Amino acid sequence: MTTNTVISARDLSLTFQTNDGPVHALKDVSLDVEKGDFVSFIGPSGCGKTTFLRCMADLEHPTGGTMTVNGISPEEARKSRAYGYVFQAAGLYPWRTIGGNIRLPLEIMGYAHDDQDARVKRVLELVDLAGFERKYPWQLSGGMQQRASIARALAFDADILLMDEPFGALDEIVRDHLNEQLLQLWERTNKTICFVTHSIPEAVYLSTRIVVMSPRPGRITDVIESTLPRERPLGIRETPEFLEIAHRVREGLRAGHGDEV
Amino acid sequence: MRNLLPVLTIVAAIFALWYGSAVALNAQWARDQAARAGQDLTISALVADTWSQDKPKLPAPHQVAAEIWKTTGEMVLEGRGFSKRSLFYHSWITFSATALGFLLGTGLGIALAIGIVYNRTMDMSVMPWVIASQTIPILAIAPMIIVVLNAVGISGLLPKAMISMYLSFFPVVVGMVKGLRSPGAMQLDQMRTWNASASQTFWRLRLPSSMPYLFTSLKVGMAASLVGAIVGELPTGAVAGLGARLLAGSYYGQTIQIWSALIMAATLAAVLVGLIGLIQRITLKRMGMA
Repeated sequence: MTTNTVISARDLSLTFQTNDGPVHALKDVSLDVEKGDFVSFIGPSGCGKTTFLRCMADLEHPTGGTMTVNGISPEEARKSRAYGYVFQAAGLYPWRTIGGNIRLPLEIMGYAHDDQDARVKRVLELVDLAGFERKYPWQLSGGMQQRASIARALAFDADILLMDEPFGALDEIVRDHLNEQLLQLWERTNKTICFVTHSIPEAVYLSTRIVVMSPRPGRITDVIESTLPRERPLGIRETPEFLEIAHRVREGLRAGHGDEV
Repeated sequence: MRNLLPVLTIVAAIFALWYGSAVALNAQWARDQAARAGQDLTISALVADTWSQDKPKLPAPHQVAAEIWKTTGEMVLEGRGFSKRSLFYHSWITFSATALGFLLGTGLGIALAIGIVYNRTMDMSVMPWVIASQTIPILAIAPMIIVVLNAVGISGLLPKAMISMYLSFFPVVVGMVKGLRSPGAMQLDQMRTWNASASQTFWRLRLPSSMPYLFTSLKVGMAASLVGAIVGELPTGAVAGLGARLLAGSYYGQTIQIWSALIMAATLAAVLVGLIGLIQRITLKRMGMA
């Protein structure tokens, strides 16, 4: 752990008590995320990647181990609005315009009115939705709605962006486009991003580090440091370097899977 | 225009059935009268008689229509549109109790629903009572409400409104509990990530989400409220209101008067429920939820 560590987990465990006995969603997970990292979590369903993200967001409470976000507990971090969270569904309110939806967290956090206007304008430009402020969610495509929901998570001053399969429900073409935009956004805002996905190309394309996880109990099997440059055109996915990392991720997934059988 | 034909077909069928039943039900009286006078009754004379008796068992539609016109439009033309014999006057009396009871019931219903959604104790304890309250026949409890309220010096509009409230709060509670709980886990989690307070979550998420449920409940509540107001007028010996007209009609065997009051009540209910439907359409359209 260094001074630049934003998120730190030590031997983190989370056990759900169910009628069929305890389920170990996470077991002894240790990980440090540094400032400015783009960390992807990848693994089959049930590997605890979403649960781990939700622990960072104080939406789940670990039953063992310690975790800090910005050096404080996840709960304190949540209360100090340290992160923006993007869910799998855009979750825009149909009764609010796109601008109104982005304004929602700003209203809740008590930003001044002029400031709200300026921020909405700025983040809409950031996600390439300038001019859509007065449109309603149903007037936008699924990809545009998800961009609006990212804009909403960027609107307030949080250095951390937690994303839970944000593009999981979108088709491949839209997904590629959004991945490219997300990288540009990360480059420009210098946020720390934790990104849950189950797509190998997505994880490799986006991340500076890829955390491979496996299920039952949910744990980390491999952490891969990406050797790709920060500047990544879509074409980089054809390069041998990219394919090599993707291969290593696939190996890690297979190894994690092998344990189970 | 396309659904005009089916609607007219149904209306025509109802009228045919109604006229037919009028003949069947009123024929006995016509035959007795004829027998007493020692006359033979032809079929056409029988039919004509059954459709024009003073106190028929079942008045024919045109008799009811004539009575309604006599006590509404005609009185308006004479400038006595609001006299005590006018159905407009009686409808207004019933409407004012209905409206007040509806407002009280809606308020009570929403308040209970908020309590049930936010308070676990209320969730466990109140709902069974709410349901039990509706299993009591309103006709049994209405006179008691009137008597008790009279004993503490409350009379006039409020006791009737209380009965309306008693009937109309129920659909609102049930609908609003469901509506306030309609936001999904994700939307509530989202509010948590922003560290939103309970009241912010209520005003910005739960309440707007519940609107479609609220309007559906309001329609049912409004109809129930009107029934409550009419029932409230029955045991009180009220001299005004559609319920009083029904009661007076049945005392004096004035079936035509009963039927015209019934039709008036049905029209009132249709207008009120239609009004809520209109507000619903406008509101939900503006909220992007329709």
